Amino acid sequence: MKKGDLLSFLIFILLIILLPVISGSTYTITVGIFSGINALVAIGLCILMGYAGQVSLGQAGFYGIGAYISSILSVHAGLPIVISVICAMIVAAVAAMILAVPALRLKGHYLAVATLGFGEIIYIILNEWGPGGPSGFGDIPHFGLLGYTIGSTTGYFYLIWGLVAVVMLFSINLINSGTGRALRAIHDSDMACNAMGLNVTALKIKVFILSAVYASLAGSLYAHYVTFISPSSFSLFYSILVLMMVIVGGITNLWGAVIGAVVITVLPELLRRFEELDVLVYGLILTLSLMFFRKGIVPILIEKIKKLREFAVAKH
Amino acid sequence: MLTVFLQFLFSGLTVGAVYALVGIGFNITYNATSIINLAQGEFVVIGGLMMWFFAESLKLPFLVSVAFTIISAGIVGLLMERLTIKPLKNPDLLLMIMITIAVSIVLRGILMFAFGKDPYVYPSFTEGEPLSIYGAIIQQQTLWVIGITGFCIILLFFFFKKTMVGKAMLACAVNPTAAKLVGINVSRMVMLSFVLSAVVGAIGGMAITPISLMEYDKGPMLAVKGFCAAIMGGLGTNRGAVIGGFIIGILESMTAGYIHSGLKDAVALIILLLILFFKPAGIFVSKAMHQLRKF
Repeated sequence: MKKGDLLSFLIFILLIILLPVISGSTYTITVGIFSGINALVAIGLCILMGYAGQVSLGQAGFYGIGAYISSILSVHAGLPIVISVICAMIVAAVAAMILAVPALRLKGHYLAVATLGFGEIIYIILNEWGPGGPSGFGDIPHFGLLGYTIGSTTGYFYLIWGLVAVVMLFSINLINSGTGRALRAIHDSDMACNAMGLNVTALKIKVFILSAVYASLAGSLYAHYVTFISPSSFSLFYSILVLMMVIVGGITNLWGAVIGAVVITVLPELLRRFEELDVLVYGLILTLSLMFFRKGIVPILIEKIKKLREFAVAKH
Repeated sequence: MLTVFLQFLFSGLTVGAVYALVGIGFNITYNATSIINLAQGEFVVIGGLMMWFFAESLKLPFLVSVAFTIISAGIVGLLMERLTIKPLKNPDLLLMIMITIAVSIVLRGILMFAFGKDPYVYPSFTEGEPLSIYGAIIQQQTLWVIGITGFCIILLFFFFKKTMVGKAMLACAVNPTAAKLVGINVSRMVMLSFVLSAVVGAIGGMAITPISLMEYDKGPMLAVKGFCAAIMGGLGTNRGAVIGGFIIGILESMTAGYIHSGLKDAVALIILLLILFFKPAGIFVSKAMHQLRKF
C-alpha cells in the first residue's frame, strides 16, 4: 500500500469508529448504514468504470439477486445467514459471468444498454416470481454470526462500514497490483493491451464479476438490515443512482465512490424539507454538479490540495 | 381465435406506434449529436399532460391545444439543449448521457409538482362507433395513433431527404467539422434536433393518452422501450426504429394476451439483449456502417 493510501485509510477507519460516538441519534446512524451499503455497490462500479473503462447500468440486478437469494435461503431453506449471503454472491457471480461473456464484446455504451436490459429483466422476474410479487416479503432475519445476532443500529453500522473497509482494502491492493495496472491499460487502449499479450476479455470479465459480487453482498446486507424487501428497491433507478454516486464522487478514485455514495444517500434526506419539490431539487443538484464539477468531488479536492501545497512550497 | 388474435394485433400496433415515435426521437438527437437523450420518454409525458391542460383544463379548441402542446414541448427541448448540452465544452458521451438522465429527473419533478401523481385522460380526437374487423374492435383513436405516426414518419422522411435544413442536420451527423467548413451552423442544428425530437415525442404522447392514460412517471419505461426499438432497427435509421417499434409493440401485446401479462415488459428487453449479443449493429445497419460510428 502506498503512503497516501495508508493515510487516507487510517483517517477513514477513525471516522467510522467516531461517527456513532459523536452523533448519538439513531437517525444519523441509520442514514450512515444505507450510505455504507450503497458504498459497497459504488466501489464495485468504480473499479469497473474508472479502471476497466466499462459502464454498467445493471448493478441493481446484482443488488436484487443478493437481497432476494440470501433472504429466500435464510427464510425458506433455513440456512445460516452467512451461508446464504455467500450463496447469493456465488449466484450473482455466475449471472455476471453468463452476462459478461457476450456483453463485454460490445463496444462502449452498448454494454451499458445490455446491462440495463439485464437489470430490468431481473426486476421483472422479482415482480413476477419473487415471494410476495410486487408487494415483497418480510420477516427476514437480522444479520448474525455464529449464533450472535446483530440487532442494534450501532452494531449494524460497524458491521457494514467494517465490511466497506475490508472491501476498500482489497480493492486498493487490487488496483495497485499488476492486475490494476493492466486494467488501467485496458481503459486507455484495448488494442494495445491485446498486442502486449494481455488477455483483455478475461480481465474485463473478472472485474465485472467482482463488481457483481460487491453489489450482491450489499443487497444481502440491505435485506438482513431492513428485514423487508420488495422489487421496487431494485429497479433501474437504483442502477442510475449508483452510477451517479461514482460520477459525483469522481470516477478515477476509489475514495470517490465512497464519498459519492455518502453524498447521494444523504442528499434526499436533506431535501425532505422541500416536500413536493424534492424530486425537482434533487434533479437540479445532479444536473448542475454533473455540468460544473464533472471530474467529481475527490479528484477536484486532490487538485486543490496539490495547488495549495505548491503555493506553500513557492512561498518558502 | 382470429378475433382474439386481431384484437391483440391492433393493441400491439397502437403501443408500437408510440415506441416507434420515441425511437425516432432518439434517432434525431443521436444523428445530430451522438447523444442518447434519455429524457426522451418525458417528452411523451409532456405531450399528454400539456394536451390535457390546454384542452380539458383551459377548454381551448382542439387544434389550438395541439398547437400549444407542440410549442411547449418544443420550448422544453430548446431549453434543455441551450441550458445543459450547449454550455459543455468537449464533454465525453457518458457524461452527456448522465446529464440527460439528470434532466429527466428534473422534468419528472416539475411534472409531479404541476400535475400530481394521478393519471390523466381526455376524450378521443373523434367521437363515434368503434370499427369492427372480423369481430375485433378497433377504437377510432387507435386509427388516429397509427395515422399520426405514419404522417410523422413521411414528414420526417421528406424533411431529411428534401429540405436544406434536414440535409444540413444529416451532414452534422456524418462529420461536424466538415459541416462547419461548408457553412452549416452546427450549434443551431444540434438545438433543432432537440426541439424536433421533443415535438415528435409530444405528438406520440398526445395521440396515445386517450387510450392508455398519462401520468408523470411514465417516461422512463417509454424511453427504455423506444430505445429498444431504435437499437433493434439500428441506431440512427428511422425505418429501423419504426419497424422495431411495431415488432416490440406487437410481441408485447401477444405475450400479455397469450402468455402472461406481467411478462409484457420483459419482451422488449429480451429482444434487446438478443439483438445486442448477435447483431449489435441492428437489423438494418451493416457491420461496416456500424463501425464508422462513435457509439
